[in-house]
Amino acid sequence: MTEETIQVILSRYPDRRSALLPLMHLCQEEAGYLTEDAMRELAARLDLPPIQVAEVATFYDMFRLKPGGQREIWVCHNLSCALLGAEQVIRRLEEVLGVSAGETTPDGLLTIKRVECLAACGRAPAIQVGPDYYGPVSVNDVGELVEQLKRQPAISDQPPSSLLKADR
Amino acid sequence: MSEKILTKRLEIPGYRGTLDEYEATGGYQAIAKALKEHTPASLIELVKRSGLRGRGGAGFPTGVKWGFVPKGSELPTYLVCNADESEPGTFKDRELIMRDPHQLIEGILLAGFAIGCRTAYIYIRGEFIAGACILEQAVSDAAARGLVGKDILGSRFSLDLHVHRGAGAYICGEETALLESLEGKRGLPRLKPPFPATSGLYRKPTVVNNVETLCNIPHIVMRGAEWFASIGTPKSTGARIFGVSGHVRRPGIYECPIDVPMRELIFEHAGGIREGRRLKAVIPGGSSVPVLTERHLDTRMDFESLATAGSMAGSGGVIVMDDTTCMVRVGEVVSRFYHHESCGQCTQCREGTAWLHKTLRRIEEGRGRQADLDLLLDICDNMKGKTICPLSDAAAMPIESYLKYFRDEFEQHVVERVCPFGPMHRS
Ligand SMILES: Cc1cc2nc3c(=O)[nH]c(=O)nc-3n(C[C@H](O)[C@H](O)[C@H](O)COP(=O)(O)O)c2cc1C
Ligand code: SF4
Ligand code: FES
Repeated sequence: MTEETIQVILSRYPDRRSALLPLMHLCQEEAGYLTEDAMRELAARLDLPPIQVAEVATFYDMFRLKPGGQREIWVCHNLSCALLGAEQVIRRLEEVLGVSAGETTPDGLLTIKRVECLAACGRAPAIQVGPDYYGPVSVNDVGELVEQLKRQPAISDQPPSSLLKADR
Repeated sequence: MSEKILTKRLEIPGYRGTLDEYEATGGYQAIAKALKEHTPASLIELVKRSGLRGRGGAGFPTGVKWGFVPKGSELPTYLVCNADESEPGTFKDRELIMRDPHQLIEGILLAGFAIGCRTAYIYIRGEFIAGACILEQAVSDAAARGLVGKDILGSRFSLDLHVHRGAGAYICGEETALLESLEGKRGLPRLKPPFPATSGLYRKPTVVNNVETLCNIPHIVMRGAEWFASIGTPKSTGARIFGVSGHVRRPGIYECPIDVPMRELIFEHAGGIREGRRLKAVIPGGSSVPVLTERHLDTRMDFESLATAGSMAGSGGVIVMDDTTCMVRVGEVVSRFYHHESCGQCTQCREGTAWLHKTLRRIEEGRGRQADLDLLLDICDNMKGKTICPLSDAAAMPIESYLKYFRDEFEQHVVERVCPFGPMHRS
């Protein structure tokens, strides 16, 4: 995270505290999770008591306080997806990867995460990995999806704007 | 097939929503027109006359909301676009953002002009990673062409626009939680009043509007309030983008006059129920609203008609269920969600959502007791109308409705000590 990026973000808000979530996202993209050092630095930088940074970090589902897999596979288990077999998809994913939802594969590549509605219900059962959406995912698609994800190079959560694609 | 308004461009083959494509199809003419022909007051008047009501969930009249912002105040006024789209079953704002971002930006410019705002934010849910990038790019493209920023199109109207990402919390869709989140805090809803119009972001006058609501504004400016009001009913005007999901042949988003009959939406647009199955239940406005059944199929989808039928238009997310669906399991999934998303400030909501989920899970797993059915209703009763925000009601009302229409099914679970639909679909 460059000083310039920080300044751009700070300049968007009349109150610097508003920069907390954007800066947390950046820290997490860099280190893979919110390290204690990063949170301490954010608190100092924004003049906030460390507890206020910690309470925000724990409130939001997307922030990770521990290292996880290089990629998170977000599997929606909410209603539209559940109606069309999300639980079977999750079970298959757990079988293929040999870990349970919430866990990371031993090679550190992939984490399965149950998530709430991804606003992709038209493609239920839906899965999101980084910026990409997959669906409808059938039990039979899971093996191939995993192979594909293992082959793809690790990408940061934040794609450059050249990745602007209508099918995302 | 009725005329498409917000999704018309999306149907142009190859349309990707770039600034050039948007302008080539008539885009940014509405802001030019408004800057020439309107004062803020006359623009608010126009939107009032159009009858446009918010598409985010509550259906509040948009022009009226804008009119609540104090005039001639020394304080800065903020506009916040609610792009948190997290209501289960709802997936139309994401399409509008991804496929035509400039339509939204133009709507924001117009709303900003009407309420006298100098800085606007798009609060987009954190999971919309590609959506946030597309919006960032679109805002910077628009700024490079003098459409965002200082002295827009050579006028004296200036508006800065920033994209702000959330980080995964359904409650941040509730407007005051959203404002807290935008201030860098946990998304805890505020007690109202004061309402955001007088004390919102940084305690300054603020308007919060949904993505789809704002996308309507350029069309109202170009084609007039009377044209808009001629679509739909006198109280629910314009078209609406419905997202149809679940057991239909063609799930997807369908833009229709807001008073389209439910039957037409499900059986014509979404292709009807999948092969060999029968419709059992419909949740017409996102998971927070009461369920309806086959006998409601001729209900129209406008705000009043759905309310008369005992449900709500909500967010326009229509979840369709066929006769393989276990309503206890539906209750278990829905209550799990609200339990997970309750912010925990109010006891009724924090404890009630936990109890609902625990009780429904027990019934679904064949461990329920006869008394659990009344216990559920009792919990629901305790959760309604007593909390800081409506999430608690949104968690309770659907469960009451499942019991109202499908009580037999709940009883069968208890008596047979097993889910009659089989344990297959359980988590
Ligand atoms: C729990 C809860 C979640 C909500 N989620 C959203 C949402 O994701 N998007 C949205 O636009 N409105 C949502 N709303 C409604 C907002 O509070 C607010 O009414 C709306 O953004 C106003 O915009 P509108 O008048 O244009 O509809 C939610 C409300 C509640 C109570
Ligand atoms: S009703 Fe629930 S979500 Fe809303 S403020 Fe109270 S505890 Fe939080
Ligand atoms: S319910 Fe799974 S994406 Fe909406």
